[in-house]
Order: sequence, then C-alpha cells, then structure tokens
Amino acid sequence: MSAPRTRPSGLTEWVVTLPPTIFLLAFFLAPALIVVAAGFRETGEFGGLAPIDSFAALTLDAYRFLGGDVIYLEIFARSFLVAALTTLICIVLAYPLAWLIARSPKSRRDFLVLLVILPFASNFLVRIYAWIMLLGPANLLYTPFAVIVGMVYAHLPFMVLPLYTNLEKHDPALLEAAQDLGANAWTRFWRVTFPLSLPGIFSGSALVFIPVLGMFAVPELLGGTGDILIGNLIKEQFLENRDWPLGSALSIMLTILVLALAGLTAWASKRGLHGTEAVT
Amino acid sequence: MALLEIRNVTRRFGTLEAVKDVSIAIEPGEFFTLLGPSGCGKTTILRMIAGFDEPDEGEILLDGKSLAGVPPERRPLHTVFQSYALFPHMTVAGNIAFPLEMAGRSHDEIRQRVSETLALVHLEEKADSFPHELSGGQKQRVALARGLVNKPRLLLLDEPLGALDAKLRVEMQIELIALQREVGITFIFVTHSQQEALALSHRIAVMKDGRVEQCDEPDQLYTQPANRFVADFIGKINLLDVEVKSSSKVLLGLHAAGLGDIAATDPRPIAVGERGVFALRPELIRVFGHRESADLKNRFEGVVRELLYLGDVTLYKVELANGRVIEALMPNAAPGRAKFHEVGDAVTVCWRHDAGVYLRS
Repeated sequence: MSAPRTRPSGLTEWVVTLPPTIFLLAFFLAPALIVVAAGFRETGEFGGLAPIDSFAALTLDAYRFLGGDVIYLEIFARSFLVAALTTLICIVLAYPLAWLIARSPKSRRDFLVLLVILPFASNFLVRIYAWIMLLGPANLLYTPFAVIVGMVYAHLPFMVLPLYTNLEKHDPALLEAAQDLGANAWTRFWRVTFPLSLPGIFSGSALVFIPVLGMFAVPELLGGTGDILIGNLIKEQFLENRDWPLGSALSIMLTILVLALAGLTAWASKRGLHGTEAVT
Repeated sequence: MALLEIRNVTRRFGTLEAVKDVSIAIEPGEFFTLLGPSGCGKTTILRMIAGFDEPDEGEILLDGKSLAGVPPERRPLHTVFQSYALFPHMTVAGNIAFPLEMAGRSHDEIRQRVSETLALVHLEEKADSFPHELSGGQKQRVALARGLVNKPRLLLLDEPLGALDAKLRVEMQIELIALQREVGITFIFVTHSQQEALALSHRIAVMKDGRVEQCDEPDQLYTQPANRFVADFIGKINLLDVEVKSSSKVLLGLHAAGLGDIAATDPRPIAVGERGVFALRPELIRVFGHRESADLKNRFEGVVRELLYLGDVTLYKVELANGRVIEALMPNAAPGRAKFHEVGDAVTVCWRHDAGVYLRS
C-alpha cells in the first residue's frame, strides 16, 4: 500500500549507490571469494596456503577430511542445538518484556527501550568476563549451561527489539473486538496477539540464531573443552592449526546451512503469515 | 419489558462527568440511535453497554438483569467498531467464524452460518479474501456480518459509516435499514450525523455534555424539538428571541423585539411575560414578491441578502426590519423557473401560525 514513488534518474542512482557498492565488492565479496577458493587449496608447509602453480593443484582434500570424521558433524549438530535453544529461551524471555514495553505509556517506552540496549554501552568481553565471576562461585562455569546463559545474555536485546517494534504496532481495537466477540484473555493472546507477532518472532529469531551459530567468544570463555562450537572450530583452523583450507571449508558449510535455513524460513513465513504484513 | 435499560447512569473521568444521570429504555427490535456532537458521552455509553467501561453510578440491565461485573466476552451482545477492527491475519470467512468458534458451535453449524451470513451481506465470493484485499464498503459489511453471525441480543454500532465516502455512506444506510429489518436484531447506533440518525432510526436520543436532551422518534425531534439545542442540532432552523404577549388555549401571541408580533400555537399553559425562543424551519417560510399576496397572519418585510441555488430548492437569506437574517427554503417547483427572487429584491416572508415552535428557555 506504499504510495508510488518517483524513481531517481539513472545518474543519481549511480552516484548514490556507487560508494556502498564499491565497499561491498572490495571488503565483502572479494574476501568471501578468497575464502571459497581457499577451501579448495592445499595447506602450505608452514600452514596457511600452499603456493598455487596450476589448476591441478586444486583439491577437495579439506571437504574429504570434514566428511571423514564424525566429530565435525557432532560439532555442527551441537552448534545448531545451542543456537536453537538460545533462540527459544530468548523468545520466552523477550516476549513478556517486549509486550510490557509496548503496553506501557508512550512517554515511557523510549526510556524502557533504552534500558534494553544499555548493555551495549559497555564492552561485550567485559560483560562475558562478568559472567565468569558470577558463575564461578556457583560451580557452573565451563559447563554447557554457562554457554547457554552467556549466549542468551548476549543476544536477548536482538530478540526484544524486533518483537517490541511488532507488538507496539498492534491495534488495541483488535483485542477489544476479540473480547467483544467472546474471547477470554488466553484465547485473545493465542488467536490475535501471537499470530500477528510472528513476523517479529521470525526476525528476532534470525537475529539471534545466526550470530549464535558463529559465536566463538562465549563458548571459549564460559564453556568447557567439550563445549566448542563451529565458531571455535573455524577460529582454531585459521589461528592455531593454520589449516586454512579446512577453516574455509567449515566456513562455507556453515554459510550454506545458514542460507538454506533462512530460505526455508522465508518460504514458510510467506505461506503461513498471510495478512500479518498488514500490521508490520 | 425493555430489552436494555440504562438506569440513572453516571460516568466520571477525573473531574469530568462524561455521562450524567442518563436513563434510556430500549425495546426489542428497535433501531435506536445515540446522537450528539463529539464529546457528548454517546461513545462512553456504548462502551459501558459493551462492558469495556463500568458506570460510576446507576446500572445497565439486559432483560431485567444487571450487567454489572459481567466482562465484555460474557455479554450476549456484539459491537461493530468504527475502525472495523477486522483480524488482518484471518480471511473474511475466518473473521465471521470467530464469534461462532468462541461460542463453541460445531464445525457444520459454523460453516453453514458463515455462508448464510456472507450471503446476507452479499460477500459470498470474498470468503477467502483477507481484509487488506477489500474496499472500505466491503470491510464494513464483513464487520457487520461478524457482529450479526452469532445472533446477539443487541448489536452496538460505533459510527460504523464514518470512514466511508458520502455516496457509499448513503448506500450503506439503505442496506443497514434493510439488514436490521431482515435479522430483527436490536441495533444501538452511535453517530454525530443528524442526517444519518434521522434516516436510520426508530428512536433517537439527542445528547449534549453527557445528558440526554431529548429522546423521541425522528419526526417528533424534527417538528417538536424540546429545546434550543435540539432544534439547532437537528436540521436547519431559524431561532428568534421572543416574549410571550398572550396565551389562550392553543393560541400563543409572541413579540419579537424590533420585528413585531408573531402568532403561534402551543397547547401548554404559558405565563404572559415569559421569555423564550421561537424556532421556525426554513422550509415552512414562504418568500413573496411585494405584488404577490398571501393570506397569512405572520408577514414581515425584508430584503434578499444572499441566495444559494441548490437545484431542487433555493435557500434565501432575508434580512428583516430589525436586522435579523432568517433563512427560507423554497422548492423550485414551478416549470421553467430557476428561482423566484434575486439578491436585493424587497420581499415579504410569511408563515402559518402553526409553523413554528415556542421553546421555553
């Protein structure tokens, strides 16, 4: 229902879009391609990448290696489990909070949103170190539990904000109408508020799930040796093991899985969310 | 027994009294309208009937039983909201099925009632559309269907035609009357449009500042307004300040300062010397040229200052000897004549002695 816009002229369009295009080509697409290429090369004598003299030097060794050891599958599975669990806990914790902010008087809402994003004002690592001090005395440090706590803590605002943005736009008349037509509070929530908030839940979930998959700082600082995730694995290949092809192959696998998941979600929400666009 | 009885209801918001000691009884099958300017308390009354608000004093009874403390979802009445409040994530059929599902009806019954109601509002082919795919008039009809489908004891309508354009509004008015007659459900309609109220209602309560000024049938409100506010709010009217000169049985002699004596009728015993207002509808005034004669008691000289040609009728603004301008509406029914007088013409305005109403202040 957006009003028709006048299209900018060709030249304006070029001038405006050129700087970000150059930036993205140079600093996003090129490195990404280098990573893709690195996945098909051999490890150098002292780590990193072996010098390349012909196409014959390209190899699928890194991927063969990945497929050859079940430990990688395990780590991928564990990472997805941690990401899914973190996302679920974030939804459960963020929903009432976002709902309360959206229902509070207009004059207070901005302040409450500010409180939600206030933790970003201090350094992320410092805040994770603070958890070490909190969990240590309780003997919970270096456990899967500590990893989940840290993940949820770090990503909660990314769930609260899109949910709040969605819930704040709900027309209160819809709930009155539902009540008027015979729905009690429970039914009003599940039949009106919840389905209309699905777009908010989806965008919040994407903002939590994907970063958690690649996160290495939290498991490294709060998790035990058995709690490493894909992020740690990739970082290890590049920095400690100096096995760049394997690190690249892992990165590519992760990217493909995330893209597949995002595509699936987009497809599912397009089918299942008909009509909810009207409120978001 | 009245279907719904509002008994001495008062509602305060802080220091503001939004509804002041209102009593109304609504009969089964009635099309009842609460009419008044914005802020007169009509919507507050509707919300108290629906259960979204509770009276501070007095009570509301449905079938003789008090509704106090009964939440909106347990009241056997539905509301059509001004904004329609259709559920955007449900189809038209889904919206209409909602109250039936809440009432725990069976699948078969729901399917049948939804299709019956869709037919009632002529939207059979839109059953699977979503609200954002509908026009304003269609949304309106879905909202009506959703309110009617579970056959409530009462349907409350909160300015439901306010968001429609003028032409569509008239069409919907006609549909609404037919619909109410067909389903036989009692309607309580809230509007600020006197035209809408007159066209639709069996009875109208005219409200001002939280009070009911007059509650009557449309033609009674129009011809026998109870006071200056009602006279002025409903239709066009001329109001002249007058003093009572004589009163005998039904004849009333009035005097308007600077103008002269006015002959009127009023069955009430009225004291000589009382001051009030004489209210006269523009369409009951005749405007004649000086050469034309009229055998009417109330005749006053004047000059046409402005006229508004409306095709079927012309509105003349005539300045009288005392400087007062009165409005007269004359049908342009004579063949071949566009209008009868021009600006600047000296004319005589006259009216029958029973044309106007004397209002005590």
